[in-house]
Amino acid sequence: MATDTEVLVLGGGSTGCGIARDLAMRGLEVTLVERGNLTHGTTGRMHGLLHSGGRYAVSDQSSARECIQEVGVLQDIAGHCIEMTGGLFVQRPEDSDDYFQQKLEGCRACDIPAQVLSAREAREREPYLAKDIKRAIAVPDGAVDPFRLCVANAHDAERHGARIETHAEVIDLLREGDDIYGVTVRHDSGPGKRTHKTPGTIEDITAAYVVNATGAWAGQIGAMADLEVAVRPSKGVMTIMNIRQVDTVINRCRPKGDADIIVPHETTAILGTTDEEVEDPDDYPEEQWEVDTMIDTLSELVPILSDARTIRSFWGVRPLYEPPGTGTEDPTDITRDFFLLDHEERDGVGGMTSIVGGKLTTYRLMAEKISDHICDQLGHRATCETADVPLPGSENLEALDDAMDDFGLRSPVARRSKQRLGSRSRAVLDTDEPNPVICNCESVTRAEVQDAIEQSGSDLNAVRIRTRASMGNCQGGFCCRLLGNELHPEYDEETARAAYDELFQERWKGERHALWGEQLSQAMLNYALHATTYNADADPAAVDGSVDFAAFDGGQRDSRDDPAGVMATDGGDPSQPSRRPGRGDHSPADRGGDR
Amino acid sequence: MAITDDVLVIGGGLAGAMAALAAAEHDVQVRMITYKQSTLRHASGLIDVLGYTPTGDGPLVDPFEALEAVPAGHPYERVGGDAVREALLFFDAIAGSLYAGTHTDANALVPTASGSVKPTARYPSAVASGLASDDRDTLLVGFETLPEFDAPMAAAHLEAAGVPFAVRGVTRRFPGIRRDDAKVTRYAHLLDRDEDVDIGRGATRARPALAELVRQALDGERRVGFPPVLGDDNHDTVRRDLEERLGVDVFEVPSGPPSLPGMRLEDRLYHALEEAGVRVTTGIPVVDYEGDGDRIDRVLVDRKGQQVPYAAEEYVLATGGLVGKGIDSGRERVFEPIFDCHVDHAADRYDWFVDDVFGDHPFARYGLSVDHELRPQDGGGDREFDNLRAAGAVLGGYDFAAEKSGSGVSLATGFVAGDRAGTEVSG
Repeated sequence: MATDTEVLVLGGGSTGCGIARDLAMRGLEVTLVERGNLTHGTTGRMHGLLHSGGRYAVSDQSSARECIQEVGVLQDIAGHCIEMTGGLFVQRPEDSDDYFQQKLEGCRACDIPAQVLSAREAREREPYLAKDIKRAIAVPDGAVDPFRLCVANAHDAERHGARIETHAEVIDLLREGDDIYGVTVRHDSGPGKRTHKTPGTIEDITAAYVVNATGAWAGQIGAMADLEVAVRPSKGVMTIMNIRQVDTVINRCRPKGDADIIVPHETTAILGTTDEEVEDPDDYPEEQWEVDTMIDTLSELVPILSDARTIRSFWGVRPLYEPPGTGTEDPTDITRDFFLLDHEERDGVGGMTSIVGGKLTTYRLMAEKISDHICDQLGHRATCETADVPLPGSENLEALDDAMDDFGLRSPVARRSKQRLGSRSRAVLDTDEPNPVICNCESVTRAEVQDAIEQSGSDLNAVRIRTRASMGNCQGGFCCRLLGNELHPEYDEETARAAYDELFQERWKGERHALWGEQLSQAMLNYALHATTYNADADPAAVDGSVDFAAFDGGQRDSRDDPAGVMATDGGDPSQPSRRPGRGDHSPADRGGDR
Repeated sequence: MAITDDVLVIGGGLAGAMAALAAAEHDVQVRMITYKQSTLRHASGLIDVLGYTPTGDGPLVDPFEALEAVPAGHPYERVGGDAVREALLFFDAIAGSLYAGTHTDANALVPTASGSVKPTARYPSAVASGLASDDRDTLLVGFETLPEFDAPMAAAHLEAAGVPFAVRGVTRRFPGIRRDDAKVTRYAHLLDRDEDVDIGRGATRARPALAELVRQALDGERRVGFPPVLGDDNHDTVRRDLEERLGVDVFEVPSGPPSLPGMRLEDRLYHALEEAGVRVTTGIPVVDYEGDGDRIDRVLVDRKGQQVPYAAEEYVLATGGLVGKGIDSGRERVFEPIFDCHVDHAADRYDWFVDDVFGDHPFARYGLSVDHELRPQDGGGDREFDNLRAAGAVLGGYDFAAEKSGSGVSLATGFVAGDRAGTEVSG
């Protein structure tokens, strides 16, 4: 039977996008479906740590070895997505000497370069470290932009012929007897690039083989075909600071615990995290104590954090998995290794494999292994090239560094733009048209925004993850509306306004967890700017009921062409004053904001 | 020895300036201390009084009628409707021809940069020809390098809002602007000075060059709207010049920060302060005070790390709300940072907001509670100090953004606080 595609990948996180790219490069016909934007699940909600493996050097040495190998690979193929900041495992006086020693030996056993620094040496590198720290181990940790990495994989998969469908939720697995042969998806709009207000459609997509790469949601997908995939979703909070208090990844050197890492990320620093098992990856509490724990506990390492400004917090759900019967109680102790569950071997149901567990740093290796497995299943002979072929944006980065061209932009803007676009900089930024900055906090120009719109349609959250627009201090207060403007006239005014509203609301969700001090002031400014100047909360174009324009002041025309003069006089009752939405009938508190 | 005046106003925004001017009417020595740039620079320049009731009904045609019905504790209830009218008259005299809207009690609906309309009682004269209740067809002109105002988008939005005229938007390149990131003041100054510009057709000047490219875009419309960059000091001349050249009315569309109409208002107010003999001290924050519990003896400003005292008989606190930092907060509480006046708020910071971005946010109402004389009250309803009054956004009990009442409350409470303080001193 002819199928719509050879391989159907479920899930647009790092694993799914990595698999799609790998298989497409091997010459297979691939379709990927994702219910939200790319990275929408766990990938877009991680702290951005590129693991040297140091964190696993005591508890999970095979994972640690994979990490250090993959960090080397990513430096070659994804240079524009990562920043090799280096990392420190910092020991405080109350932290165990034994553990410090185990950590050091573990790193060395796993071939992770590790060097002991005295307290003074560590503070020379990171001056804001607490004065009373004892010592530290330096390791080659780094920071990764999960959005850019994921989008680059998807983009390259498309260049190799793959079909990538975002906003396409799997609503059923197609199963006949003991064979899974595809899925039913509900397109939010489309199919194709998302355009707001376009009616959605239902589509059956058949495939020779299905890969369930939905991470924390893998159990829900499995259940659609009566298969049990016992993922144990575990939530963690991350709190974003408005500046980089540190330029090196700071880890607490102790066995385990909440709030033990600070990752410098682009213009920010991200504090993490907690580890609590949850029932439903789409519905779990986001709690104040988690944010407070980040600030209070990590202030023990970097004291200035206690009075610093946070711009938002977000929560992610780890797709933890352990084989049936392991029975680990504490989610912190569950292995971070990944598992490939072939449902034919495991359940006697052919045509699908689930991949669960794992972590972003080794996404490529996971994708390679599952791609090998799928090629075996399909009898397709091709070798993996993803460790050697750079992602789009990471080709010849050395040449980019040498190029003096700032594309007519001021150098801080040009530098930030080039960091994001990598080797695509010239193709995107070299324009004869005026190219003003649209997002000032993150220095994103019109050309970069337009490039993202070209990739992702009218979805401004998709533009955000590609460009970082609206992810800085003002959390979109100044740029959300400008981003909406950039959609027009390609998309009509109603669509552009809906997209801007959606982004503004999404930014608010995460910002709610940062509302004190400077950020509460910023929130009031954002609210005042939109509600006062633009009357966005009571916009006659958006609320029910019409406005009796003739009842209002029409001005005192002195002159030119209207002998009638004053148009409206005093008073006059408004016909039916409309009532603003929102007051007293709030929308339900849906899932929290993205990072 | 402290530097001593009769009335000391802390804060230099709309409320502070009004308080200082109103106090100065009593022939007393007034000083106004400001720290940072006032939030007027963030403001659109529109003087709203009340666009929506506190429960969300509107847009209101008659703000004066509606403000008589605001609930107890609202700043308008504290000062009363007559004081609002009096304050507006006082403002009108200061603003002169810079502002319009005095001919009627009715609110105007002003198209703003997003293409929405906003109800307001007074508006800059530069905005007057653009009102949404004026049914003449309209052309909006935006510029490629000013992304804040997207004219075609704003035009489409206005039509969606149901305005009673046809409106069209075009985007052009501003003559003489070479850098994509030129500041709005650069545009204004090009027109103010009518500088030479090169648009590839030999030497010309900025105003005729701009008029020419707009003329080519006009298709019978009787008025043209621009982003608010039509001149700084000479904005009246620039606008009239463009009107003469085009033969149609010209107006500005109010926008977000940085805002030239807000700066023009600030200039006008500071000119009035100078004329009234108010001493203005800028760039230093008031950080603390000394007093006996009932009265403030003097306040302390931070001058390069040194605490310097300023004394007066009467004080007006007009330091702004959360935006201007007259109200500040930490993870545990919301507070007024200079005198630690009581700010009523929920204990749990997750009760300071609601989940909808435009919902009924408690934080938007945080500020000081005051008596009818605008003296701050503690949690038990007693006066914090005998010689302190508060005005403007530092006050609580109203959501200026939802009501579109920020300027009106600043005018009315600034006027009343300054007037009472001046009366106390002059006896």
